[in-house]
Amino acid sequence: MKTFRILAAGLAGLAFAGLAHAAGGAKHPHGPEAGWPFEGITGQYDKASVQRGYQVYKQVCSSCHGMKLLSYRNLGEPGGPFYDPAYPNPNDNPFVKALAAENEVLNATPNEAGEYEFRPAMPADRFRSPFPNEAAARAANGGALPPDLSVMVKARHYGADYIYSLMTGYPDFSLYEDLVTEENGETVYQTVIDMAKFEKLGEYKPDHGPAYLLQPAGQYYNPYMAGDTTPNFQGDPRHTPPGGFLAMGPQLPDGRVEYTDGTEATTSQMAYDVAQFLAWAAEPKLEARKRTGLATMVFLLVLTTLLWFSYKQIWRKVEH
Amino acid sequence: MSGHESKYTPNSAFERWLDTRLPIIRFANDTMITFPTPKNLNYWYVFGGILAVCLAIQIITGVILAMHYEASVDGAFASVERIMRDVPYGWLLRYIHANGASMFFLAVYLHMFRGLYYGSYKAPREVLWIIGCVIYLLMMATAFLGYMLPWGQMSYHGSNVITGLFGAIPLVGESIQTWLMGGPSIGNQTLQRFFSLHYLLPFMIAGAVILHIWALHVPGNTNPTGVEVKDVEKDTVPFHPYYTVKDAFAIVIFLIMFAVFVFYAPGVLGHADNYIEANALVTPAHIVPEWYLLPFYAILRAITFDLGPIDAKLLGVIFMFAAIAVLFVLPWLDTSKVKSMRYRPVARQFFFGFVVVCFLLGWCGAANPDDAVIPALQGDPSLVVSYTVDGAPASASYKGGEEAFEQAKAFMASLPAGANPSLSAVPAPTFAFRHLSLILTFLYFGYFVALFFIGLTEKPKALPESIHKSVLKRKPKDTGNAVPAE
Repeated sequence: MKTFRILAAGLAGLAFAGLAHAAGGAKHPHGPEAGWPFEGITGQYDKASVQRGYQVYKQVCSSCHGMKLLSYRNLGEPGGPFYDPAYPNPNDNPFVKALAAENEVLNATPNEAGEYEFRPAMPADRFRSPFPNEAAARAANGGALPPDLSVMVKARHYGADYIYSLMTGYPDFSLYEDLVTEENGETVYQTVIDMAKFEKLGEYKPDHGPAYLLQPAGQYYNPYMAGDTTPNFQGDPRHTPPGGFLAMGPQLPDGRVEYTDGTEATTSQMAYDVAQFLAWAAEPKLEARKRTGLATMVFLLVLTTLLWFSYKQIWRKVEH
Repeated sequence: MSGHESKYTPNSAFERWLDTRLPIIRFANDTMITFPTPKNLNYWYVFGGILAVCLAIQIITGVILAMHYEASVDGAFASVERIMRDVPYGWLLRYIHANGASMFFLAVYLHMFRGLYYGSYKAPREVLWIIGCVIYLLMMATAFLGYMLPWGQMSYHGSNVITGLFGAIPLVGESIQTWLMGGPSIGNQTLQRFFSLHYLLPFMIAGAVILHIWALHVPGNTNPTGVEVKDVEKDTVPFHPYYTVKDAFAIVIFLIMFAVFVFYAPGVLGHADNYIEANALVTPAHIVPEWYLLPFYAILRAITFDLGPIDAKLLGVIFMFAAIAVLFVLPWLDTSKVKSMRYRPVARQFFFGFVVVCFLLGWCGAANPDDAVIPALQGDPSLVVSYTVDGAPASASYKGGEEAFEQAKAFMASLPAGANPSLSAVPAPTFAFRHLSLILTFLYFGYFVALFFIGLTEKPKALPESIHKSVLKRKPKDTGNAVPAE
């Protein structure tokens, strides 16, 4: 009977573990080696990193990706990267005002002549959208729609790990090869990557090449992207590489931005910062949540103790 | 024990005045204070109180969330995020409400398993059990409707799957589906009616809960021995303070677990795809319901064969609804007169098997039906070259290591032009989740059939004479009486 119960408990655990199944055939994302500062029950965002992440977003990502659920004032709210206790109302914070004013937005109300004018953004304005509508976004990006990044970290399995892995996971451009073949008497020029040379694939790397992965025009391979590489893989189909293709190429080569705080802008540093910025953007109340959680737990534990002794006291004379 | 004598004496002039007009204080006193409750209830009996707390939490947080929520396809997704960002403690309200649904179901499942184990569905408590099943059905409907409201990808496509189930009903199915959706497809009108119903159903649950408690207080609680109360003086204690304090202790323990989810893992029970705004044109790779509906989802997908004129989809729907419907008739399926599984050695084994089956069904519901249950046992995939010979499809299969790939490539090169060869990896046949689901589905229903036959043949253990004697028997030292060990 006892073994049966243990077995049942084990299977129950297994059933719950099954719920966490990863979707798709993409490579399992990994975070930075030291983990994230916002993990754990007292974890908080690294403010300096979130500030740098905003700089990466502003100078790199924002040319294609909007964040329509965020306003500039959010940057200066408690828990935000540019919060200053001297300005409890972020709309008064001169730094936030200056950050907002770097962006031109279309005024929501018409001027005296009934026309809509561009003006510098105010803290109350939403983050500037790079494109006026979906069609414009697709037209500018070869048919692909750059997703809104407001809640991206919550919208992907493994959240910030996924962003970090994706941004650092692209094969180096030196791995791209030109493959020239003859097909039906015509010369075909294709761009391929030999997966056997792509060391970052780890256990998925084919033992020996050439195991070419055909690069579709305007698309970039990334092992962390959800998708299917089967139609483009010319090697053994039993060892199809993980991941898929996306229209965004590698965006963060070393030195892509020049950090205002002097931090060296390596690919992994920028990926780390922008992932943390997006984590903050998706969950700006994380710090307040964990603080409240700690107080709640202390309260509940004290209450539990009191109730336990009350229970013992009340039931002491009753056989049950 | 509605038959128990009222011990209420009005103390003030106002109470006396009210007692002859609306004896509401007497009613509250008789149901919540002096109600005689068996003294041997264990911790499996605390979930009724926990569920009442869950319902109250959901209604209170829900009413406040509704003040800020916008039920429109353009605004729903953003309004939920606005609640999380700009409403004071909105993040707390929303995370309590979202995780509260999971906690509610966790508690209701434990409550139901308790009822199944201790035979709480048996005479004279059949109506109590059936009202409980009605509450469970209403809960599932409410949870499903609520999951639609954030208007994420899972909301939209999950609703599509569920409303599609009604479309499987012959003749009237499509009309019912259109009626539910309020139009030919899921859109703004669907979201608005789902919101309206999501607000309505919890109050229907609250009404059913009142009936549930009424039906409980007529025959009184069951207890782990399954022996009815014989001597109120010796077998029972007043509900207050004995069970108010015990329930309160259990409720706080439950709230600690609840708080762990709300504060430290608010998204772990949800699905990442639901933070992507609904898009009818993009279907998520795997559509899965919330965890508490997974066993039924597994049963729905387990049926992949037609049965006579009934096609697989309809059959799956029938089985899924039957899995819930069978609970309603359980009091008449179980033929044993003995209530508690403690004294039913055979049925007890089957009960634990049933619990395992339910968990495994949940596991199957979360998995991809074609995936191997145990990947380690799946053989290596084979390489298959598909080509055409004079327009007719043909294929050749290769197995083995690296050389199989070389052979397949050589074979492809040797084919004449126009054969259109293509190479693919075909997974080895294996014991997949859809097979396991089918077996588990039959085991699920098998439990109820088994209860019918076990009840006819099983020889139960000797029942204790009364509740207080069974209590004393467990503590022979305290009584000083020489009672032989069990």
